[in-house]
Amino acid sequence: MSDSDPELTLYRLQACPFCERVVRVLDDLDLAYDSRFVEPMHADRNVVKRVSGKRSVPALVDEATGVTMSESGNIVEYLERTYGDGGAA
Amino acid sequence: MPDLDFEVTDLPASDHPEPGDVAPEFTRPLVGPEYWADESLSSVVAEGPTLLVFHPMDGAFPTTYMWNAIDDHGFADAVQVVGVSISTPYEHKDLLAERGEAARLFSDPDAGVAAAYDLENDLDGMAGVTEHRPAVFLLDSDRTVEYAWVADEWPAFPDYEAIAAAVADHA
Repeated sequence: MSDSDPELTLYRLQACPFCERVVRVLDDLDLAYDSRFVEPMHADRNVVKRVSGKRSVPALVDEATGVTMSESGNIVEYLERTYGDGGAA
Repeated sequence: MPDLDFEVTDLPASDHPEPGDVAPEFTRPLVGPEYWADESLSSVVAEGPTLLVFHPMDGAFPTTYMWNAIDDHGFADAVQVVGVSISTPYEHKDLLAERGEAARLFSDPDAGVAAAYDLENDLDGMAGVTEHRPAVFLLDSDRTVEYAWVADEWPAFPDYEAIAAAVADHA
């Protein structure tokens, strides 16, 4: 938990381009988020599986909406729809 | 250390936190069993009394000895146990797979936390590498120091019985 306790948590792998793509969108939308870094080895990512049902990263948890999702394309679309110009939030 | 028939290297005097002081705040990646994330010391100690253990880089024999002894004494049964070294989160994951039961480890590659606590150890023969001298602090939930031990020789090892007594007093 960081000091600000943002409601968005990003499970990510260092240098993973799909994760960096999500980070760019989070930054563009000026959204605060916590980063949790996991292992390169798929088999060692039980926390991601527990949270999202899959071991793939990126995985985003949004406590504000109760949404948890994987796949960077889906996440980017979700963020822009929810927090972008004309978004619901 | 066993009695040696020669002088052990002295470390310079340190202006480290003493009992009654408030330990300096810092934020670094904290490595747990499943992931690492930036955490502040104050958010960790807020969960309860905390043994803050500064140690040489992961893989050094004093690091192995210290964590073996910490595990043998079962300090993690009574208080939170949190380490700090210059090693990366990947190396910390490996350490935690072998020892440091129930412990979490801060990664401080630039030894900035060592500077804040006046625990910098510039390693002879490893150009450009500064790590933490061995040190152990028992902290209350407001970061007040209840017990402090800092190495004044290289190498030196904590007095585990003194730590056990401090833990028994404050847990």
